[in-house]
Amino acid sequence: MNAIILSAIWGVAMMFSGIFLTKGEAIRAAAILGLVVLLGVNIAELYGYRLFNIDTRGMLSFNSFSLVFNAVLFGCTLIYFLLSSKDILKVGTNKAEYFSLIFFVLSGVSIASSFNTLLMLFLGIEIISIPLYILTGSDRKNLKSNEAALKYFLMGSFSTGIMVMGIALIYGARGSFDIAGMNTAMQQGLNPLLLSGLLLLLISMAFKVSAAPFHFWTPDVYDGAPTVFTSFMATIVKAGVFVAFLRLFDGAYGSMSDKWKLVVVIIIAATLLIGNITAVFQQSVKRMLAYSSIAQAGFMFFALFSYNDLSKEGLLLYSAAYCLATTGIFAILIKMKDYTFDGFNGMGKSNPLLAATNTIFLLSLAGIPLTAGFTAKFYMLSSAIKTGTYGWLVILAVLCAAVSVYYYFRVIQSMYFKEGDSQRIEVSSSFRLGLVVISAIIILLGIFPQILFYKLYF
Amino acid sequence: MIPVLLLIIPLLTGLLLFAVKNEKSAKNLALLSSIATLTVSLLGVTYMKNAGYLDYDMEWMPALGSRFHVRLDGMGQILCLLTAISFPLIFVATYYNRYKNAASFYALMLLSQAGLMGVFIAVDALLFYFFWELALIPVYFLCSIWGGEKRIAATFKFFIYTFAGSLLMLLGLIYLYFKANQSFSLEAFYAIQFKPGQDTAIFWMLFLAFAIKMPIFPFHTWQPDTYEQSPTAVTMVLSGIMVKMGVFGLLRWVVPVVPFSSWQLGDRITIFALIGLIYASLVAIKQDDLKRLVAYSSIAHIGLMCAAIFATDKSATQGVMLQMFNHGINIIGLWIVVDVIEQQFKTRKISELGGVAQKAPALAILLVIIAFANIGLPLTNAFIGEFMMFNGIFTSKATAFNVVFTIVALVGIILSAVYTLNMIKKVFYGNTSELTSAGHDISFNVKLALSIIVVLIIVLGVFPKPMLSVTNQLSDAILGRMYLKN
Repeated sequence: MNAIILSAIWGVAMMFSGIFLTKGEAIRAAAILGLVVLLGVNIAELYGYRLFNIDTRGMLSFNSFSLVFNAVLFGCTLIYFLLSSKDILKVGTNKAEYFSLIFFVLSGVSIASSFNTLLMLFLGIEIISIPLYILTGSDRKNLKSNEAALKYFLMGSFSTGIMVMGIALIYGARGSFDIAGMNTAMQQGLNPLLLSGLLLLLISMAFKVSAAPFHFWTPDVYDGAPTVFTSFMATIVKAGVFVAFLRLFDGAYGSMSDKWKLVVVIIIAATLLIGNITAVFQQSVKRMLAYSSIAQAGFMFFALFSYNDLSKEGLLLYSAAYCLATTGIFAILIKMKDYTFDGFNGMGKSNPLLAATNTIFLLSLAGIPLTAGFTAKFYMLSSAIKTGTYGWLVILAVLCAAVSVYYYFRVIQSMYFKEGDSQRIEVSSSFRLGLVVISAIIILLGIFPQILFYKLYF
Repeated sequence: MIPVLLLIIPLLTGLLLFAVKNEKSAKNLALLSSIATLTVSLLGVTYMKNAGYLDYDMEWMPALGSRFHVRLDGMGQILCLLTAISFPLIFVATYYNRYKNAASFYALMLLSQAGLMGVFIAVDALLFYFFWELALIPVYFLCSIWGGEKRIAATFKFFIYTFAGSLLMLLGLIYLYFKANQSFSLEAFYAIQFKPGQDTAIFWMLFLAFAIKMPIFPFHTWQPDTYEQSPTAVTMVLSGIMVKMGVFGLLRWVVPVVPFSSWQLGDRITIFALIGLIYASLVAIKQDDLKRLVAYSSIAHIGLMCAAIFATDKSATQGVMLQMFNHGINIIGLWIVVDVIEQQFKTRKISELGGVAQKAPALAILLVIIAFANIGLPLTNAFIGEFMMFNGIFTSKATAFNVVFTIVALVGIILSAVYTLNMIKKVFYGNTSELTSAGHDISFNVKLALSIIVVLIIVLGVFPKPMLSVTNQLSDAILGRMYLKN
């Protein structure tokens, strides 16, 4: 509760702060301060300190999982702000608004991680989506940015329509938006209305996390949007929608796996194949990262496929690992002039620290041991193997992971093994510190992943 | 305590070396560290060999049932000793080779040593997997930065090949983990009772990873390219020690864990291993490049070891353990010679060389002994191992084709004599060519390294008893698991 209200208030405050704060530095400081407070109150709630006591009539409920998840995502956003907030200021003229939109997204994420009724789910997802349409088009003078925003908006509203339709069908079948009783309702007998409603819901959510075959918007939108916002969309937002997904499965899908499992299996297989294989052929690192985000979504989908204790922990870990590494790579990418693979040539010599940390991020995304990416993939694979079904899917997943090495390592090859005229990139010392901190967290989570789950059970 | 030290010394010095600027001090520090590791591992096989020193167990990932558990058992002792001896030898023999960014080069070498040590001492499957990859990553960087012209493509192929194999192995290990009541410990894996036919899929997943690493025909295509393109010091690590990871993995994590399939599929795998043996020997005969010749000879030798593992016989199993050490030593010797020739004459083409013996008599004498060991002549170390393996394959109860397998393997040995002696004849005898006429004899450091190798070859060839007694108990334990099932 703390996080939802505070992030909304801070968002509004940031919006009006443009009147008083004209200097970019001040806006940036306000945003970072707001996020620190947000993270603080969220962790305080984890320890039982509630600032607001609002009776939501059971529409929202906060358990340790949603709070830990929020904390992870807020932490990632904080790191994102520390690394890239200067670049946010460079996007356009409406500096304060960009930050306020991000705060609104965070508010939506906290709703999405704690909803109990479909109504709240819808609100959460929409509060996440609408600011993103604006952020995508925020570079107003750039044609590609405009195109991406329009494309995203049209496709996004279409998927919203599908979601509303699904929710309406479910309401028609049960006369309630509550997700709690849906499992039992399903078990009582096959209800076509309810089933088709759930299927539509599944499709629209798959669209939001850019799972194949609903991924077509992703590369263009990620490519067209200002890079600094692509970073945010590809990481924190995606993880936020995934947690909503998992919660939905908690209430609605959990005990009737035979009815949807095949659909999810097809989505996973298609997402992994399309994401990984298409990423191999990209020439621009930014587009490669867009496809890599599709591929990684395929792995995160395993949490829904297997749906057990391990998969919850796995999704938490996966989100942290994926967000941290991708944020880091994007932060470095923003500083580059040339987004192609060749643009990284010789970076190992000209910018040793940037290249070294970038290597750790890429190794983590590829899932090499000693990094968080490995433990995350390990949890996902374990949870899938634990179910004991669809063995071929797991084998497909690891083969795709092997393919992913190809495109992640191309960047490493460019940085270290190829000679190039890469210019020295001037970055502030706080930027360097941020990169080192992310690398340290990634390696720490790669050796002791359990530190993330500590508050989950105690 | 010993296994932890074996891990920590190279790991910490390796990390420290990244900070060293001076090339010479980096070189000396690396040499010092590798000698310290050697001392510790010698202590482990001599004065401090009771279980208290050789076993270390610590909590690591309680939620996953994985522990930081390392232990030096018979096979581990042999291979750790091999790793510990090899690195100082490599550093000494290549002491005067120049590398750009030498500190990083030596740092990565030591990190790969730490990974190799970890692989040989881990008795927890997840820990084993961690080290398995830790050994691979530094080698990838070593080859790609300091390698030859086509290094990037060659090592990339190598990396993706082995990484795909490792991931399949990871799946197999996770599957076993659930079978073993959510534990990754080796003991829990050994306690799993499979029903016939249940373990086939796991067998393949684990076997593929090791088969790629060894490499077994038809997964060997990465190897000649990678060996050729790597800097020779790294090739020594790759062929001397890293391929032993695959053989070791089969003996520790496959054969005893999924005995039924190992028994059942043994014949098929032996056939592939023997095809590889003959094929690689034939290709080696036709090679003009010294590095590729030694690379193919390595494939041939590994093929024989693989066939011996699946013979499921005590003599063969012990032979494999011995041969892992002996082959490691011998092939490093061959690589040192290749490196000397390449450094001196700037070519590896056999057709451009000749008459080196006139110019470098010491090198020729030492090489001939190493070459005899490579063929497996009596009184050299490889003879013992190969004899035991042949004996095991011939008397194996696991297969009906003993005689055929033995004859084919013997043909392979004859072929190995053909290409090895042919190489010596063309490179060292005959008339000097334009390139070799200006040759001179080897420097002191190379002489030292080769002499140590030759001494080891002869001592272990005449007196193999310590090695046999170290491996005795463990091979009984492994075979016990096999017979238990059938």
